[in-house]
Amino acid sequence: MWQEVYEELQDRGFVVITVALDKSPDDARPWIDAAKPSHPSLVDTKHVLADLYNIVNVPTVLWIDERGRIVRPNDVAFGTDTFKHITGLEAAKHLGALRAWVRGEAAAIPEARARQLQRLPTAEDQQARAEFGLGEWLFERGRREAAARHFLRAGELAPHDFTIRRGTMPMRGVDPMGREFREMLGAWTKAGNPYYRPLPE
Amino acid sequence: MSAATLTIIEGARAVEVPEARGLEVVTRAEREGRPVALDRDERAAYLGTSAKERARALASLEAPDFALPDLAGRPHSLAEHRGKKILLVAYASW
Repeated sequence: MWQEVYEELQDRGFVVITVALDKSPDDARPWIDAAKPSHPSLVDTKHVLADLYNIVNVPTVLWIDERGRIVRPNDVAFGTDTFKHITGLEAAKHLGALRAWVRGEAAAIPEARARQLQRLPTAEDQQARAEFGLGEWLFERGRREAAARHFLRAGELAPHDFTIRRGTMPMRGVDPMGREFREMLGAWTKAGNPYYRPLPE
Repeated sequence: MSAATLTIIEGARAVEVPEARGLEVVTRAEREGRPVALDRDERAAYLGTSAKERARALASLEAPDFALPDLAGRPHSLAEHRGKKILLVAYASW
């Protein structure tokens, strides 16, 4: 999805790093094979990135500058408009801002504003991630029922964390595009909660 | 019959220790404010990182470094791209 924009901007000292929050490289492989990326395309089965960056859904994008500073915190953006009819989110806005930043035509988000826009993890978020970590370790060892108990517990602790609630469905033998997910999403949005939280700017 | 053990998991590391010792480690971690997931039936405990530590790191706006493998199993870090503008994208098959 991002290979095109990477090729367009790579001569400007720009790199895309994609990270699949999937239970196995086999799940990410079809996506990576289709994209044929020349940028780093990584696999994160233990959700290390989710823990470090408080990533509660996908896709999540961040901008990091040459000094290793976060200059655009967690945002929702797509590389193409393939999913626009499902998400209601247009790819163009973020892509335009990204191009302008990489080309040096526009600044990214100022520090104080970036901090305002960050959602920082809570104790419940981290407790949920510990339950996820235990579940994932158990899953790797074939302890499926025990793993599922911890995944469900994690989801109860952090109901806004779809990296956990949806991301663990495949490990519970549940279709993440199926009925259980649709019911989860329905209940979530009916209570007035957004599924995606794109940045306002 | 072997004595009961507890496997302490932290990130990618897992160490099996005698149960009593393991429970001491768990108690100490909890006292330090770390999140702990314990499953006594499965003889395993996962020690996570506190929200305080994660939040402090993120609020500093320093992008936390990491090392993750590509499909060939080669590790890649954020740090190796220092000096470039980076778009970091998390996605999934779900």
